[in-house]
Amino acid sequence: MPLLEVRGLEVKFPIRQYELTALRDVSFSLDKGQRLGIVGESGAGKSVAAFAILNLIGRPGYISKGEIIFEGANLAKMSPQQLRTIRGNRINMIFQDPMMTLNPVLTIGTQMIECLQTHQNLSKGKAREVAIEKLRQVQIPSPHERIDQYPHELSGGMRQRVVIAIALLTDPSVIIADEPTTALDVTIQAEIMELLVELCETSDVALMLITHDLGVVSQVTQRTIVMYAGRVVEEGPTRQIIENARHPYTHGLIDALPERTNPGMRLNQIPGVMPSLNAIPKGCSFHPRCEHQTELCRTELPGYVGQEGIRIACHWVASQEQQQ
Amino acid sequence: MSGTEQPSATRDLVSIKNLSKSFPLTKGFLEQLHFQGGRLVRKRESVKAINGVNLDVKRGEALCVVGESGCGKSTVARVVMGLLQPTAGSIEYDGQRIDNLPPDRLLPVRRKMQMIFQNPYASLNPRMTVQQTLEEPMRFHNPGIGNGELRDKVRTVMDSVGVDPSWTERFPHEFSGGQRQRISIARALMVDPEFIVADEPISALDVSIQAQVLNLMMDAMEQRSLTYLFITHDLSVVEHFGNRVAVMYLGALCELAETRTLFESPRHPYTRALISAIPKLTRERPSHIKLTGEVPTPINLPSGCFFHNRCVYANDRCKVEKPPLLQTDNGSQVACHGIEEGRID
Repeated sequence: MPLLEVRGLEVKFPIRQYELTALRDVSFSLDKGQRLGIVGESGAGKSVAAFAILNLIGRPGYISKGEIIFEGANLAKMSPQQLRTIRGNRINMIFQDPMMTLNPVLTIGTQMIECLQTHQNLSKGKAREVAIEKLRQVQIPSPHERIDQYPHELSGGMRQRVVIAIALLTDPSVIIADEPTTALDVTIQAEIMELLVELCETSDVALMLITHDLGVVSQVTQRTIVMYAGRVVEEGPTRQIIENARHPYTHGLIDALPERTNPGMRLNQIPGVMPSLNAIPKGCSFHPRCEHQTELCRTELPGYVGQEGIRIACHWVASQEQQQ
Repeated sequence: MSGTEQPSATRDLVSIKNLSKSFPLTKGFLEQLHFQGGRLVRKRESVKAINGVNLDVKRGEALCVVGESGCGKSTVARVVMGLLQPTAGSIEYDGQRIDNLPPDRLLPVRRKMQMIFQNPYASLNPRMTVQQTLEEPMRFHNPGIGNGELRDKVRTVMDSVGVDPSWTERFPHEFSGGQRQRISIARALMVDPEFIVADEPISALDVSIQAQVLNLMMDAMEQRSLTYLFITHDLSVVEHFGNRVAVMYLGALCELAETRTLFESPRHPYTRALISAIPKLTRERPSHIKLTGEVPTPINLPSGCFFHNRCVYANDRCKVEKPPLLQTDNGSQVACHGIEEGRID
């Protein structure tokens, strides 16, 4: 049984007379200790999917359909009290900007101890020891001194290390990381990503990595989900997706990376832009940008095709499969 | 132009000479006073953003400046454009020193240089239509221009950047990020410049849109024989875009090389670490070079080579003596004692 299973998730945002559907029929699962990448461009719904798992969708948005099964219980139907025993304890989050995540007026020690004491019955002294140990694990030099410092006294990379330490404090089984290295420089990004993967591996924590960076996904995750306009368009093993993407959008996205073109040549580009949520085209939402579009693509929403472990929502791929 | 000058075709278009820029940390007079050894002394601190940079942009090339945040790359762009005054050193445009010119004499030069900014959400005036945005630089530099001519020009330029010319009456919020960046590029192209400074023009855009905008900039470069100074933190874009690359660290150049040479055989230890850290679509786990420590603060610069506290090759000489930018055998210029002494291959 998977550790976390999302089935048919739909999230809506009522705005005046409209109701925007930010997620449509999103399903995926995460096994124990697995690393799953969720890739997409801004507005694809990848962060909404992550927030929805912990029921963090802000009003007026709401989960209109679907189930989120974690350790046998449906998080979508839980009371806020029940959810609090899971959120920040069993499933933890790491956000993009560590300066926004950490409270600027509290020392990092205070924030870590608060988090531990909320979820575990620990004395302050014991909690402090655990916190120092976690800071050592994320390779913060002289953690005994650092623990009494304020976030502004640390560099960006250090702050993100602290955020990772906080996410690991309660020994969770899932960490959801929403663009954890986007705000950092390349050299720091590589270090932080390596650290995060190493820690998840040693403590057998499942990692859900949300990012727009295909390079990061390719190096870190085992499975990948590609989202477009609120829907999963392709899912499969990461290597399979990077080396043999079949959905025209995934294919175009990978081909648009500079490393896929010889220096000095024009880059491969996908024409057009992703539609906004209030103007999602009929049929396949990618069809206006797709070179393989047919009449069917313009009228009918494609279902999923593919062999085991692989799902692709595309009429063109489906017709190719049939021919074989 | 007098006849004794060098022919302009062989001269560097822009020369940055020994440029330094520091920003004083503004504090009140009383806060600047400190007791030191029983005496009251006045201490003034400043952020040393650029520390002695020499860089020439050749006519017709795209020179990329890369580095991590805080290395001074955007400050270089702003000083070159005259948006900031240099603390020391000079900027020459086509053989003429421009950083000390009075505004009226600077104006004709300014027309030849334009800038594209990072964030197209902040760099377009939200209360001006596309037509007004594009007209403004043209009216400013050609006060006598007729309305008909102006309208034609706007339509041609919009067409050339791939924005539908019938959308001239729309406002920036009606466009997507990629479209807005196209409009920013159109605004820069309106006055037919020779030289464009682009400060992270694609960093705020999505992957599929980045490719569109980069292609557009390459097309414009070919069609209009432009020269670019391209500022970015993204090395994978640099490999694709520029003719030459300058790598900056703490306001100084570490390496200056042809793009291909830099990626095939990076010399400076910092350049190597930067290149190894690019996330690629490869199978194996990243084997990047780990840098120890953090970037030092530009308020108190390290002695000697700015990079020595993070460099595994650093020795005593690196700690005291600042390395000059020296030519190496493969044509790249590197500021590193280790390379000079042959300690690093």
